[in-house]
Amino acid sequence: MDDPDPDPEPRWQADAAAAAADELWSLRLYVAGPSPKSLRAFANLKQLCETYLSGRYEIEVVDLIEQPALAGQDDIVAIPTLVRRLPVPLRKVIGDLSDARRVLLGLRLLPESV
Amino acid sequence: MTSSTAVEHDPLTTNRAGGRRLRDLPKSLTGISGLDEVTGGGLPTGRPTLVCGPAGCGKTLLAMEFLVRGITQYGEPGVFIAFEESVDDLIANVASMDFDLAQMVDDGSLVIDHVGVSGSEMEETGDWDLDGLFLRLGAAIDKVGAKRIVIDTIETLFGAFSNTAILRNELRRLFEWLKARGVTAVITGERGEGTLTRFGIEEYVSDCVIVLDHRVTEQTSTRRLRILKYRGSLHGTNEYPFLIGESGVSVLPITALGLRHNVSTERVSTGVARLDAMLGDGGFYKGSTILVSGTAGTGKSTLAAQFCDATCRRGDRAIYFGCEESEAEIIRNMSTVGINLRQWVNAGLLRFRCFRPSLLGLEAHLFGMQKLVGEFRPAVVVMDPISDLLRVGTGEDVSAMLTRQVDFLKTRGVTAMFTSLNSMDDPTHGDQQVASLVDTWLLVKTMEGNGEHNRLLYVLKSRGMAHSNQIREFLLTTQGIELADVYVGPQGVLTGSARQAQEAKEQSDGMARLEDLEQRRVNLERRRESVEAQTATLWREFEDEADIVERLLSHGSTVGEDRAGQRAAQGRLRRADADADDAVPAPDEQRSAP
Repeated sequence: MDDPDPDPEPRWQADAAAAAADELWSLRLYVAGPSPKSLRAFANLKQLCETYLSGRYEIEVVDLIEQPALAGQDDIVAIPTLVRRLPVPLRKVIGDLSDARRVLLGLRLLPESV
Repeated sequence: MTSSTAVEHDPLTTNRAGGRRLRDLPKSLTGISGLDEVTGGGLPTGRPTLVCGPAGCGKTLLAMEFLVRGITQYGEPGVFIAFEESVDDLIANVASMDFDLAQMVDDGSLVIDHVGVSGSEMEETGDWDLDGLFLRLGAAIDKVGAKRIVIDTIETLFGAFSNTAILRNELRRLFEWLKARGVTAVITGERGEGTLTRFGIEEYVSDCVIVLDHRVTEQTSTRRLRILKYRGSLHGTNEYPFLIGESGVSVLPITALGLRHNVSTERVSTGVARLDAMLGDGGFYKGSTILVSGTAGTGKSTLAAQFCDATCRRGDRAIYFGCEESEAEIIRNMSTVGINLRQWVNAGLLRFRCFRPSLLGLEAHLFGMQKLVGEFRPAVVVMDPISDLLRVGTGEDVSAMLTRQVDFLKTRGVTAMFTSLNSMDDPTHGDQQVASLVDTWLLVKTMEGNGEHNRLLYVLKSRGMAHSNQIREFLLTTQGIELADVYVGPQGVLTGSARQAQEAKEQSDGMARLEDLEQRRVNLERRRESVEAQTATLWREFEDEADIVERLLSHGSTVGEDRAGQRAAQGRLRRADADADDAVPAPDEQRSAP
């Protein structure tokens, strides 16, 4: 989906930094084995977190092949799924997280008005 | 959609023409009443079946019963994947049907997993797959060793994910995966506009498709089930009504029942001695179906009540389904004609089920009746009257329902009496469809004449019985029903007071004849007496005469001896030379000569 905004990039970054404040971000990434999708997702996530949440985030990777019972905990259907456990409320982003803008939107690292 | 499956590589379909392989298609019995009959033995084992229909048509319940029956009846553990309802909701929803899901979960025979995808908002970025779902399904299947799985309703995923291209691809993979796992799956789907399911998942599930429907006709709803498709198997193609009752789903096959019920030559009394006699040899056949039709106020209900009374008197049980009167009304009204039904109700032999037909749909009525019959195990069932059911359904529906009811009762050897209320003009109108179903058809009608309204009864037909063809007058007395002969005169049949007048006339004619005979007898007696008197007189005269003759005879012999002596003396006097003996005739000849 194309955003109608002609040149959004700089403003998002500013907004993202403002929204983040100084909360601790607890993120969980559900994967199923070392698939390319999952590896890509982890790399993308890592990069985003370093950019916007440096020093105040933690990432937990859950491999459902090893722990299938955990899939029920956060109602995981699609793989990979990123879950924002903190701050509440819980939010999910699925896919390989290749679209930075959508990931930030999904994590509410950007204000919804954007 | 389904045209994409036109190029078949399925060994089952390529063998369709072979016929012999059709029976080899492995099927899993659902245990759902009637469904196994219309599917010819259940759903395809190890393959997915699509159950689709509009909201509230009973998809979830049918699917759940498939699992529950599998666990309780066939020892096949199951998994229920719920996309819409929570686990607690599901357990609560079916608790009213004696399905204790919580117990099955504790026993390790059932897994219920709620997959909540609609609740939370999800952002999609880039490529993903449904491995999470696959892993959850796999874990659930492995947990109990499931043979059956239900996915209800997978189309919810279309609401959760915006990238339908990926989703469709993943769904196709999911069904392939299910087949590979060899679980018998039921997938539910909501009906869409012009398509079977809203998102066209019939494209992936094409082995067996069952369509449910929920229609409202004349303010009465009927659920229907149809096997749209069953690859590699013969199946019923009709729409079958089905019900959701306390014991789950019941599909009611209209034509699946063959005419194979056992027949009995045993007779059951009608409760009216003369009617028993009219039917030949002591009443209706056990397990037969009787229709009593007639116009209003002809005593149909009374006949039915008397039949119940006779049944209970033999110690058998009976159920009276009433559509017109309440139990209390029936008991009171029948007591005025000397039929005490209260005692049988108290003795637990008679049960009433009175309802307004418009309360429920035909199928629900049928189901309720069959359930009660199954529980109470009566020998006799009365439905009074079936014509009221026409208010609920059309003639064809009612006749289809009655067909099933008759089949149901016959297979259980229950003798059934239906009454039918007809119009004055044509007393048999409206019963034609039912007539072919029944074994015995009694017609009660009223006849007007002489300012009176009298009831007549006759046997219109009675299969396998040498029944009377005569019309009887049907009398409601304080001792129940009595049948009287009618008189056929020049002006037709005589009933009521005309019959009584005729009876009185015949009686008085008879009296006159009797008196005449008596008179004759008296006369004869008198004559006998006079003859006897005359005979006595004659005897007396005869005896007198005989006496005289006797006396004369004895006197006469002494005179003869004297004469012989005299002749000898004469001879001697005349110096006769001949012997006295020879000489004797001579004097006689001489004497007899002139």
